[in-house]
Amino acid sequence: MRETLTNLVLLIALVAFPAWALAVDEPFLITLATRAVILALAAVGLNIALGWGGLVSLGHAAFFGIGGYAMGILASHAQGYTPLTEWPFVIEGTKSMPVIWLVAVAASALAALGIGVLSLRTAGVYFIMITLAFGQMLYYFAISWTAYGGEDGLSIYVRNGFPGLNTLVPVQFYGLCLAVLILVLALNAALIRSPFGLALNAARQSPERVRTVGLDPRRLQLAAFVLSGAITGLAGALFADLNRFVSPSMLSWQMSGEIMVLVILGGAARLFGPVAGAILFVVLEHVLGGISDYWHVFLGALLLLIVLFARGGIVGLIAGRRGGP
Amino acid sequence: MPLALLAEQVLNGLQFGVMLFLMAAGLTLIFGVMGLINLAHGSLYMVGAFAAAAVAGATGSFLLALAAAMTAAALAGALVELLVIRRLYARDHLDQVLATFALILIFSEGTRWLFGSFPLYLDIPAALKGPVTLPGGIEYPRYRLALIGIGLAVALGLGLLITRTRLGIRIRAGENDREMIAALGVDISRLYTVVFALGAGLAGLAGALVGAIQSVQVGMGEPVLILAFVVIVIGGIGSIRGALVGAILVGLTDTLGGVFLPGFFRLFLDPASAASVGASVASMAIYILMAAVLIWRPTGLYGARA
Amino acid sequence: MTVLAARNLVKSFGALRASDGVTLDLRAGEIHAVIGPNGAGKSTLIAQLCGSLTPDSGSVHLLGEDVTALTVPARARRGLARTFQISALAMEDTVLENAMLGALGAQGRPWRFFRPARRDPALRDVAEEALARVGLSAHAPTRTADLGHGQRRQLEVAIALTMAPKAFVMDEPMAGLGAEGSKTLTGFLDGLRDEAPILLVEHDMDAVFALADRISVLVAGRLIATGPTAEIRADPAVRRAYLGEEA
Repeated sequence: MRETLTNLVLLIALVAFPAWALAVDEPFLITLATRAVILALAAVGLNIALGWGGLVSLGHAAFFGIGGYAMGILASHAQGYTPLTEWPFVIEGTKSMPVIWLVAVAASALAALGIGVLSLRTAGVYFIMITLAFGQMLYYFAISWTAYGGEDGLSIYVRNGFPGLNTLVPVQFYGLCLAVLILVLALNAALIRSPFGLALNAARQSPERVRTVGLDPRRLQLAAFVLSGAITGLAGALFADLNRFVSPSMLSWQMSGEIMVLVILGGAARLFGPVAGAILFVVLEHVLGGISDYWHVFLGALLLLIVLFARGGIVGLIAGRRGGP
Repeated sequence: MPLALLAEQVLNGLQFGVMLFLMAAGLTLIFGVMGLINLAHGSLYMVGAFAAAAVAGATGSFLLALAAAMTAAALAGALVELLVIRRLYARDHLDQVLATFALILIFSEGTRWLFGSFPLYLDIPAALKGPVTLPGGIEYPRYRLALIGIGLAVALGLGLLITRTRLGIRIRAGENDREMIAALGVDISRLYTVVFALGAGLAGLAGALVGAIQSVQVGMGEPVLILAFVVIVIGGIGSIRGALVGAILVGLTDTLGGVFLPGFFRLFLDPASAASVGASVASMAIYILMAAVLIWRPTGLYGARA
Repeated sequence: MTVLAARNLVKSFGALRASDGVTLDLRAGEIHAVIGPNGAGKSTLIAQLCGSLTPDSGSVHLLGEDVTALTVPARARRGLARTFQISALAMEDTVLENAMLGALGAQGRPWRFFRPARRDPALRDVAEEALARVGLSAHAPTRTADLGHGQRRQLEVAIALTMAPKAFVMDEPMAGLGAEGSKTLTGFLDGLRDEAPILLVEHDMDAVFALADRISVLVAGRLIATGPTAEIRADPAVRRAYLGEEA
């Protein structure tokens, strides 16, 4: 199937490109590729809720930012040698990525549960507006939280560590992020084919039908939303580590929009859609951004054209209509 | 809490609220009549503010600036409706969100390209500068009082428009049954363009009025847009009355929350913690209000009951 | 034995009384048809029986249990299978996937994330068997949106079959079918009553008289007659209100 071929090509590109960059000694390009991979991960998360769940979440930056701040808070306490809290028991900071990721995933999943429960009481436009509002709420909260930098954000001087790797070496960090992305993509692929995936996808197309066979579409969507938030949160932690910086801008509506653009550019409800979208976005950002400071105008025009005329995104254009899972 | 301070804060909340109402009213009309969610409304707010700043700078007349703001925004709105929005009515909400988000990008960066990144300044007209003394010895900025007046006047005007004019009848009919009014011979395309331009004009007016007390810069519209969404969620989509009630609730909650919450926390926290916790909770107060309304009434206070 | 029952259902929409104290029941082994002119309140009745609408007063009982407060999924899990007049199907999915969805709902275990659904015999076998029974096996891999109208009806029935229900509620299954299709479906439903009784809302009088053991007549929200087919056919009030003289 053409889609499988497209996916394979993208996968090969993700391995070949940094290998080439390593060969020609351009570490900046590896960093660029890392950025694409992490943004792809964030978009993979959103795609589960948006593409398959049919939930137009315009506030996914909330989870991206929670993941980022999980990293920022834990690492800043570690680098300052002060514990997070001493009551009821001492919680120290940490600079270990696995621990940070665990916390990031748990925190974003919890937030997604809370936001999901409230937002899924509504549907349609209300849902869109509410998710946007909750994202904004966390954004202003982060700005007001001066203990962790407030508007200025939080810098982490040294990248966090992963056992067995030297994360300061660009290609090693890239490899780590790529491994995470591939693992999540594999889980995503299994999910789509699973009974849960079948039910979720049906709930998007006909909630009435799903209810009639004895399933509750809202519970299915809530589960998808939580999973979606958790994955985007993990991406946020990685993103903060890439930049060694976390700030409220990770929670902004612009970020939410950007993550959604990644999904749509590549093709919603396509396994590698977010990957294609993220790669295209980073390429445009780098190339067009180099030409003009106002490259967002072109991004906007491109997005408009895609929405009006090429709804299936890149993967949709190349692979044609979706076949069965 | 001295009465003067409380009164001033309540008035501030009201002023914030009526300006939000101008945004929310347009948004809720557009959604109610056309079923379209429009993220580009914040851009129209910004267009109004920039037009006002430009005209005020050139002519020195605030009145002309306001007229320019409404006209520019309405024209921009009409243009956007004819070129882009028209193709979205039949699409699902996701497509509308994406397309109007694309418009935000184009408008924002386009404006930055034309005017640069530095904020423009719009001066409060001399006639409205300075304080006014209200009953009770309360001193309040004349301009802000004028904003409250303008906002309420617009609310009244909109209400009359909707209930007493033919356009209003068509709007109400359109909100009820889109296909029906087309069958009855109403020119739907024209109606939609008019409604969109009307909403845009209101947004532009709000942008210009607020631009005089804050600054006129790229990206000023989106935070207001999102707040307007909160207002609509609270008030109920399609309801002008809901937009007014919701807007005033949001305005008062935000303003009074910022004033009273730190004090509230001082009851059981030390002053420093109380101030920071209070400020943080205050920043979330509106959203907590929205969540509370949602738990009680998922379609808003005046929204259609499921 | 009464499988499904409505007791005194009342439902108003503003000034319109769509259901005005409707009482009827569905007994084991029977096909009970509900007929009536447009606007009589048949859809409202079905919605209240299945749970998509809550009555203002009155109750619904399934297998002796009062299910009035239960949601649509809850009633479905207790054995109520509904088919829709306007098809409610996952249009982008294949016929087989829609059928497997029914099996999934019936088995009540959607929280499985890893094994592929189509490799699960519990889902696949039930789905394929149901499709075979309605004659859609050849179309299993077809995208539902590409099906003809009659085939979509068949799929609706197939999904209902996968649920191994205790009662069927069918909303105008003959609607839009040609003479050939109606005959086939009529024959099929005839044999179905032994598995589970069918409450059949229909306009197609040929099908009704061929299938129904009992008929209830709904006019303006009220049941004006109910009883064995032959009786209803002959009832003058019913003829006046609805059937006309040709019946």
